[in-house]
Amino acid sequence: MNRLKLALYWAASCGGCEIAVLDLDEKVLDVAEVAEIVFWPVALDFKYRDVEAMADGSIDGCLFNGAIRNSEQEHIARLLRAKSKTLVAFGSCACFGGIPGLANVANRQEVFDRVYLSAPSTTNQEGRLPQPVSQVPEGELTLPEFYDAVFSLHQVVPVEYYLPGCPPPTNLIWQALEAIVSGQLPPPGSVIASDKTLCDECKRERSEEKSVKEFKRLWEVIPDPTKCFLEQGLICHGPATRGGCGAKCIEANMPCRGCFGPAPEAADQGGKLLGTIASLIDSQDPKEIARIVDQIPDRLGTFYRFVLPTSLLRRARL
Amino acid sequence: MRRTITIDPITRLEGHGKIDIFLDEKGEVENAYLQVPELRGFERFCEGRPVEELPRITPKICGVCPGAHHMASAKAVDAVFHVKPPSAAKKLRELYYTAHYVHSHSAHFYALAAPDFVVGPQADPKERNILGVISRVGVEVGKEVIKHRAYAQQIQATLAGQATHPVCGLPGGVSKGLTEEERREIEEKAKSCVEFAKFSLKVFDDIVLKNKAYLDLILGEVYRMTSYYMGLVDANNRVNFYDGDIRVIAPEGNQVARFKPADYLDYIGEHVEPWTYLKFPYLKSIGWKGLVDGKDSGVYRVAPLARLNVADGMATPLAQEAYEQMFSTLGGKPVHATLANHWARVIELIYAAERLLELSQDPEITSDLIRTLPTEVPSEGVGVVEAPRGTLFHHYRTDEKGLVRRLNLIVATGNNKAALCLSIKRAAQGLIKGGQVSEGLLNMVEMAFRAYDPCLGCATHSLPGQMPLRVNIYDESGNLIQEVRRD
Repeated sequence: MNRLKLALYWAASCGGCEIAVLDLDEKVLDVAEVAEIVFWPVALDFKYRDVEAMADGSIDGCLFNGAIRNSEQEHIARLLRAKSKTLVAFGSCACFGGIPGLANVANRQEVFDRVYLSAPSTTNQEGRLPQPVSQVPEGELTLPEFYDAVFSLHQVVPVEYYLPGCPPPTNLIWQALEAIVSGQLPPPGSVIASDKTLCDECKRERSEEKSVKEFKRLWEVIPDPTKCFLEQGLICHGPATRGGCGAKCIEANMPCRGCFGPAPEAADQGGKLLGTIASLIDSQDPKEIARIVDQIPDRLGTFYRFVLPTSLLRRARL
Repeated sequence: MRRTITIDPITRLEGHGKIDIFLDEKGEVENAYLQVPELRGFERFCEGRPVEELPRITPKICGVCPGAHHMASAKAVDAVFHVKPPSAAKKLRELYYTAHYVHSHSAHFYALAAPDFVVGPQADPKERNILGVISRVGVEVGKEVIKHRAYAQQIQATLAGQATHPVCGLPGGVSKGLTEEERREIEEKAKSCVEFAKFSLKVFDDIVLKNKAYLDLILGEVYRMTSYYMGLVDANNRVNFYDGDIRVIAPEGNQVARFKPADYLDYIGEHVEPWTYLKFPYLKSIGWKGLVDGKDSGVYRVAPLARLNVADGMATPLAQEAYEQMFSTLGGKPVHATLANHWARVIELIYAAERLLELSQDPEITSDLIRTLPTEVPSEGVGVVEAPRGTLFHHYRTDEKGLVRRLNLIVATGNNKAALCLSIKRAAQGLIKGGQVSEGLLNMVEMAFRAYDPCLGCATHSLPGQMPLRVNIYDESGNLIQEVRRD
């Protein structure tokens, strides 16, 4: 019997998705038993050239984590797309752009300026910046090109499934692997998570009344661990966010920040959250509602924390 | 004929790393470069964010050591708001953080470092991996490693919501306390971790130290580098991961600086080179003298060996015993043998496990008093911890509403950037002679940086295998003349 062929890759990401796979613990050994892992640069001895030599479609499933931030990442995304029957956007960065996607508030020049020219510990009077090609005394060195903006995986290549989370929880990773191994695949385009919002799985008490008179910052209050954060005037992404994470942040008495992406049916996570928040405010007066919403600082970076590149906004106009 | 050897991809750095080795006409190594083609620009996109959100944003810098960024960030926001967490909150953070160390150090030691020693530096690359290790030491040991790394992850999740990525840190404390039932569970796991750490030291002793060839390798010239060292120490100059002053020692071992984290800009500068995205930190008092080592160069090193070098000892008994044994075996302090990082890492694993147990038995650890609400206007603050891979700096400045104006980060592996380049060059020069290159020799070049555990080391080896490696040798016109593969 031919063993199933799996591949794992990371692009602009932190490595947390790789750790999440390791957090399968002893089940990792079960995966290695039923499937042949043909490419996993962090763990296995296969090269880009080995992937290039494979027939198109010869990888059964590829879990791809990380956003697309430079030319090398785009190249590998295209390569793995061609070689894989099933490509899974694995984790919030691949699905929506993730935290690195917040860089779409700026462009390459602004990022370079902060990091290499104006950071307080940087001593760089010569104004050196990293270059795609640079000459050293012994020869030439090259770097991949840093793009002006961040993209999710499906903005670069077609994707069959989305497994969100920062990082994806182990039960959903296992569910995805079982689906690939058994061939019992859901319809293409499916998100491997809940069909409901995070609020639907949150155990906190809700009054369902228009009760908010002001919004507070997390540093200002000690939240009641039994009551809905939003009804305490604390921003929580629950109503605009897809469920399936197990509400682990909320269990730690911290509000949701939306890493599972838009709730089902919500086109734009930030817009949906703004609408929900406005409806919770204890007022009928549009002016007063606007004034109370204005108390929320950094609405772009807050409401679109994990999804800016795939939101209706996509990126700041610069 | 001049040639270039390119090792690409190497993958034990965040994102992607690449080594270029330049050979002269005689086939001797002229120079070697470690490039980091990775940049995500947190310094820019954290601007404008509410500063109390940064402990949840900055861990995404690294999913292997999110705990380190979370802690440095939580300490930085304490400083920004001029608020001191209650004693129990500080202990809860440290409890979380010692569990993080158990996860990181045990994964690195067994999965990443062990293949080179248990299986052998020039062994068949098919065998030189975690499966090769398990086949030699037994599957039961492999399961113990998985079990204890899982314990460490579970403890972090209990305290911080998730192990990757934690969410509990807030200005002035933590969001969640510990119940007595959770405390008991952690205590039991901590006891088991102490035994596991002791066992790990024995493994190191049996496999590495009792093998004269390995001891010679550790002490040999190929893996030696003299430099300054930096690390956090407590009031008694003992190693501390969470808090303390930053101490710097010279290559001869004398203290040259001891300063508060908030004063780091007086001591550290960062040099920029166009051929890599990672900057080169150096000691300002000496200055940036290029990629050279020794007393006259501002290059310093961080991570386990550096921490043990700068400290006068360890704060727990078993770790102290192991600390003394290491320095007496290796000929006194400071030790410049880069490979001794592996030994130092196991000693720190013992300290982390012992400290984990101590804190889990602390009567105050289940206190409800876990937050001090800030009352002052936020402004500026620095938070520093020892990440598993070295000293980590977070520096935030905000407006009066607590929105981030500027943010500066010096990450653990970043401190070692120059040292990594120099260690790779030294190893390549010592190992590659007359243009003769083999896969085994190149693995030994890689061992030079593997000792530092550059970021993602701990993720690398819990599945069979090791770094992908392809070395192409080109002539001056760019024609491929030789290829070395690890298959």
